[in-house]
Amino acid sequence: MSVTRIQPRRRYSFFEWKEIVEYRDLLYFLALRDIKLRYKQTSLGAVWVILQPLVPAVIFAVLFGNFARLPSNGQPYLLMVFTGLIPWGLFSNSIGRAGTSLVANSGLLSKIYFPRLIIPLASMGSVVVDGLVSLGVLVVLLALFGIGLGWHLLAAPFFLLAAFLMGLGLTLIVASLNVYHRDFGYAVPFALQAWNYLTPIVYSTALIPERWQFLYSLNPTVGLIEGFRWSVLGGVPINVTMMASMMSGLVASLAIGMAVFQRIERGFADIV
Amino acid sequence: MTATSDIAVTVRSLGKSYKIDHLGLAEPPVEAAEGGSRRRWPWQGKGPRQRMSSEIFWALRDVDFEVPRGKVFGVIGRNGAGKSTLLKILSRITEPTTGMAEIRGRVGSLLEVGTGFHPELSGRENIYLNGTLLGMRRRQIDRVFDAIVDFAEVHRFIDTPVKRYSSGMYVRLAFAVAAHLEPDILIIDEVLAVGDIQFQKKCLGKMKDVTGKGRTVLFVSHSLSTVNSLCDTCMLLENGRVTLIGPTDKVTSKYFTSNQQSVGPYLDLSSEPPGDEHCRFFGARLVDRAGITQTFAYLDQEIGIEMSYELLKESSIPIIPNIHFLIGGNYAFVACPASLPTLSLGRHRATVWIPSRLLNEGTYSVNFAATTISPLRIHFHEQDSFAFQVIEDLHDESRNGYLHKMPGAVRPQLVWDFE
Repeated sequence: MSVTRIQPRRRYSFFEWKEIVEYRDLLYFLALRDIKLRYKQTSLGAVWVILQPLVPAVIFAVLFGNFARLPSNGQPYLLMVFTGLIPWGLFSNSIGRAGTSLVANSGLLSKIYFPRLIIPLASMGSVVVDGLVSLGVLVVLLALFGIGLGWHLLAAPFFLLAAFLMGLGLTLIVASLNVYHRDFGYAVPFALQAWNYLTPIVYSTALIPERWQFLYSLNPTVGLIEGFRWSVLGGVPINVTMMASMMSGLVASLAIGMAVFQRIERGFADIV
Repeated sequence: MTATSDIAVTVRSLGKSYKIDHLGLAEPPVEAAEGGSRRRWPWQGKGPRQRMSSEIFWALRDVDFEVPRGKVFGVIGRNGAGKSTLLKILSRITEPTTGMAEIRGRVGSLLEVGTGFHPELSGRENIYLNGTLLGMRRRQIDRVFDAIVDFAEVHRFIDTPVKRYSSGMYVRLAFAVAAHLEPDILIIDEVLAVGDIQFQKKCLGKMKDVTGKGRTVLFVSHSLSTVNSLCDTCMLLENGRVTLIGPTDKVTSKYFTSNQQSVGPYLDLSSEPPGDEHCRFFGARLVDRAGITQTFAYLDQEIGIEMSYELLKESSIPIIPNIHFLIGGNYAFVACPASLPTLSLGRHRATVWIPSRLLNEGTYSVNFAATTISPLRIHFHEQDSFAFQVIEDLHDESRNGYLHKMPGAVRPQLVWDFE
């Protein structure tokens, strides 16, 4: 017989992962709900999932590649942008969509108990599905451009996972703080926009002057993008600085995210 | 079996406090006059400082109780007594500030039916989403799916988005999912206050089924009659504290009498009459045949209850005033007119006459309602705000010299034959 003990918790306690596993069906149905609702009552439906990363990629490729003739390491500009948009999409769409998820689901939080982490995780489900579709589009593009794949492709899942986890960490921070200060909901899109410009998505790292390279590499998302790009298209592998700042960014965002979330989650129902 | 395994829920000195902030104006800033500014941030202005003062409010304090396995435990109390807070703590939605609770067995908690229902999703999709929210596994739902659809009577519409459901269908489906939850311990808040009367009966039946199978139920309700008919033991909460725990009838009558202190045989709601666009309720009073307001009713005299209401809309369907009489929280009877005269728009007074020697001595509480029958619509239902006391002369002939309280809801003087 299961025994539930209810008492004031200590300031910091560990996540109850076992519970999340128990509620995995809920995670599945909530994620399914978000995905279904996203494209309900659209006539093009899933086509939007394909167009969303493809259209900006084409625009940037034409603007920067054809007109401005920015460097692209000898690869097709479109592919360079597209390989940048996939990990960036995983990272930033998570924060964008799941960052407001707790507030959006306040009706559930105040009426029923389930592991609170399920809510942001489920909101990230649609981001992951979008990412998978984009990967499919990438495969088609690679074939069209006649690009062969190398052994470094084995590293691709690692960089995608890193993008997901870094996104998760920041999502947890944003989602928790959003419950207390709705300002975050407004500020986050601007912050992500700025972050986008500081990350080599629509341009290549080669564009950054030599003396700024080190400082630039301290941005944890630089490694995410360049790493994934390298694993798909080949070329210059990422350097130690990029890797180190990516990994420390990943660990820090997850650790802080978990700490903030579990510290704040027990007060959610009293506030939302 | 050990002694503790017979207890499903143990609660020990449970408490929950909230901090309430009051936004108040502090005295004029003396520091500013002295030349030193105490502004903490540049955007905080120089005017009279606003100061937050806070206060600790205990929504629940020192609550202790136990619920034996298989029993139905009722929690009653006025609004704000802490019932909902208690349920929220036991359902783990919010954390207690002090004390602890231990629940032995799988918990299903229903603070609302249809939590998580999404209008755009189909009935089928909502069953799975709502079911998993309530803690069911997908396979469990697969197993009871047909039973849920049967219970809700929505077969034909199971793949239609629930936004196209009638409100009755919606509520039935929502309750059906919850009713098939099969937990060891069920925590319920007011869910029976939904749907039409027929469906409420069905739900009550289902609840009785549930408790018949040895499940433990923790039940919070405003409806004393529901509590009376379902619960073995009851707890009365007042201002966050436990006032009484005991057999249901004892606790409900205690609740009832403590509620009586503030309501009397006179009700004036004319400043804010409850009701809808068809009909509004203005108040009621206890009267005698001369139409004079009375403070008490007498056993050996006719009792008149006069309600005043306003008809606002021309309608072919009659609006029927009805008056509900309760004693000790249980229904004694409902009075409604057998026929209605044609009433013009505007204010009306309707008086119901209770014959002498029908009601027993004691306190009757009266609820007032106005209803349209088909389609069923309740225009107002004013509860717990009117009560009157029937008193009698202890030397009344019907007592034959007996000086103690005569038990019963009614005291008709019947005809006896002797041979």
